[in-house]
Amino acid sequence: MSGHSNYVPKTGFERWLDTRLPIARLAYDSLVDFPTPKNLNYWYTFGGILALCLGIQLVSGIVLAMHYVPHVDHAFASVERIMRDVNYGWLVRYMHANGASMFFIAVYAHMFRGLYYGSYKAPRELLWILGCVIYLLMMATAFMGYVLPWGQMSFHGAVVITNLFGALPLVGQSITTWLWGGFAVDNSTLNRFFSLHYLMPFMIAGVVILHIWALHVTGNNNPTGVQVKSKADTVPFHPYYTVKDGFAISVFMLMFAAFVFFTPNALGHPDNYVPANPLVTPAHIVPEWYFLPFYAILRAVPDKLMGVLLMFGAIAVLFVLPWLDTSRVRSMRYRPTTRMYFFIFVVACLVLGFCGGRLPDEYVIPGLKTFQLLDADLNSMVWLSRFAAAYYFGYFLIILPVMGLTENPLSQPKSISEPVFSHSAALPVGAAASPEKRG
Amino acid sequence: MLRKGLAIAALGLALMGGPALAAGTQEEPRTVAWSFNGPFGKFDRAQLQRGFKVYREVCAACHSMNLMSFRNLGQAGGAFHDPKYPNPNDNPYVKTIAKDFETSEIDQETGDIVKRPATPADRFPNPYPNEAAARAGNGGALPPDFSTLSKARAGGADYIYSLLSGYSAPPAGLEVPSGQYYNPYMLGDVSAFWKGKGHAPPGGFIAMPPPLAADKVTFDDDTKSTIDQQARDVAAFLTWASEPKMEERKAFGVGAMIYLLILAGLLYMSYKRIWRNVAH
Repeated sequence: MSGHSNYVPKTGFERWLDTRLPIARLAYDSLVDFPTPKNLNYWYTFGGILALCLGIQLVSGIVLAMHYVPHVDHAFASVERIMRDVNYGWLVRYMHANGASMFFIAVYAHMFRGLYYGSYKAPRELLWILGCVIYLLMMATAFMGYVLPWGQMSFHGAVVITNLFGALPLVGQSITTWLWGGFAVDNSTLNRFFSLHYLMPFMIAGVVILHIWALHVTGNNNPTGVQVKSKADTVPFHPYYTVKDGFAISVFMLMFAAFVFFTPNALGHPDNYVPANPLVTPAHIVPEWYFLPFYAILRAVPDKLMGVLLMFGAIAVLFVLPWLDTSRVRSMRYRPTTRMYFFIFVVACLVLGFCGGRLPDEYVIPGLKTFQLLDADLNSMVWLSRFAAAYYFGYFLIILPVMGLTENPLSQPKSISEPVFSHSAALPVGAAASPEKRG
Repeated sequence: MLRKGLAIAALGLALMGGPALAAGTQEEPRTVAWSFNGPFGKFDRAQLQRGFKVYREVCAACHSMNLMSFRNLGQAGGAFHDPKYPNPNDNPYVKTIAKDFETSEIDQETGDIVKRPATPADRFPNPYPNEAAARAGNGGALPPDFSTLSKARAGGADYIYSLLSGYSAPPAGLEVPSGQYYNPYMLGDVSAFWKGKGHAPPGGFIAMPPPLAADKVTFDDDTKSTIDQQARDVAAFLTWASEPKMEERKAFGVGAMIYLLILAGLLYMSYKRIWRNVAH
């Protein structure tokens, strides 16, 4: 898409097509000949894995929509009918339900990779922001998809999340009424959620095209964070990365299949197999695991509006990250101090996820009462999530801006090829350096 | 601490937009080595037949199974499946079972509601005409539908088995409200009714009286009819009813895993070969 194209039309038809709609040239330049840094590790395979996840969700979702009935009286039974009476309906539905979780596992790996190797820094700011847009759309899509089976968690989750907008001053009530299509979560809500749940994946696909376009303008970042200098730094995407991504995808699919076939309900909540009943509230409303960190941030704040703002702020901060990180060194490999803070950040995210699944006043260490401070018990989930949430925002708003100005980064290699000169394959044939280490 | 706790609880309530109950306590379900555990697990056909008998003679008096049809009993993997009858509607066992139940339909000549014997295509009849009738017949409590029960309870079959066989005399100091029964495996909070020393016992009150008794159901295969056996068998039956395609799923899964393992191996070797001469 950018720069020189090496595509040579071979047949008469290809030449004819190339002068009218150079679609084969586009495919060749972006999927075959695209020069890709040769040092990408397995963390870089999640982009391909995510493309596959989106494809699986789209195809399985379209089939499910052929059998699903978006009506409060029939939704639950229609999902069960898919599981019982539709040929291989259980496979399609479990793939779709677990596929959402797999999608989020992959997207979180993809995002942490971007954070670690500084993939959001110039010139890739827009690439990163487009990724954040995809992530937001994914969250909205996943949330609405979880509502569709109209189980207890579907219904009460929808009540909790849509009520969040009610916290906004002045417009809050109107927004919730507008979202609901009425004055409570009811049939009109289910109907519009189904409509939007069908629409949004195609919006995601559209933004994915922009995301890949932006990627192909700037080129891949890589684990050293050093820009590509010469042709020696790159290999063509095909076959080098098609085969590497292919291998990673097959390993990812093994994990995916293990969930779908052997423990398909492990990532869901049993309450969602109870049909929705507005009059019976489940003892413990929890969102799906991939929302738990944000749920913990929401509940960490005593004020509802502030909690809502902080929760959305946790995502908003990602959008401005390219301008918060003041360091010009991309990869954490050469930022030892910041790297330590990055790993603490990963732990903080996991801690938030853990807290989100627990009750706020539950003890972190059971029975320990010594962390009493005035009337606050620091040994509680709510305080643990407060500390973790403070670190989450502190990492973006304080640590990254300050570290870039104060740290002493290690010296970076001059090019991607430089640090690999010690690799055995780089030596001339016959020069047996450390032959015991060779495969 | 208390004030903070109340504030947080109030916040929780505000966020949930409705009444939320504090999570109760319950005894961990006892684990059973089910025949259907693990990636190669299959249902024990004889156990499913016994379990169906327990359901039919004990549970069905109050509990509906709205998503189940008689034909499901004869489908592949079902309790009465017979390979001679690929269409479960032809299965004589299933036909006989269905015939013993009455279902209602509308007479096309008169418009009256008339009763007729059920066929394999009919659903399991609901013991009550509506929810209000079900509640009225059970002291205000609604007997849950059994179609998805095993998937709808944490612990699944272990939980159902433990609850059914786990009724025990309430510990001294626990005042059980009338029309309620103490069960340590039931999720609940009995602290308000606890007059004894120390912590209130785990578990909760359940409106269902102990449903099983020794020899209450006579098994056709001469299995000794103890409470434990009945509880096991009906738990297995309900697990099958929640996941009637489980055997098909696991068999498919083993094939899929083998396919993916071979694919991953081949791709890894291709990867190694293609990258052989690239320093990276």
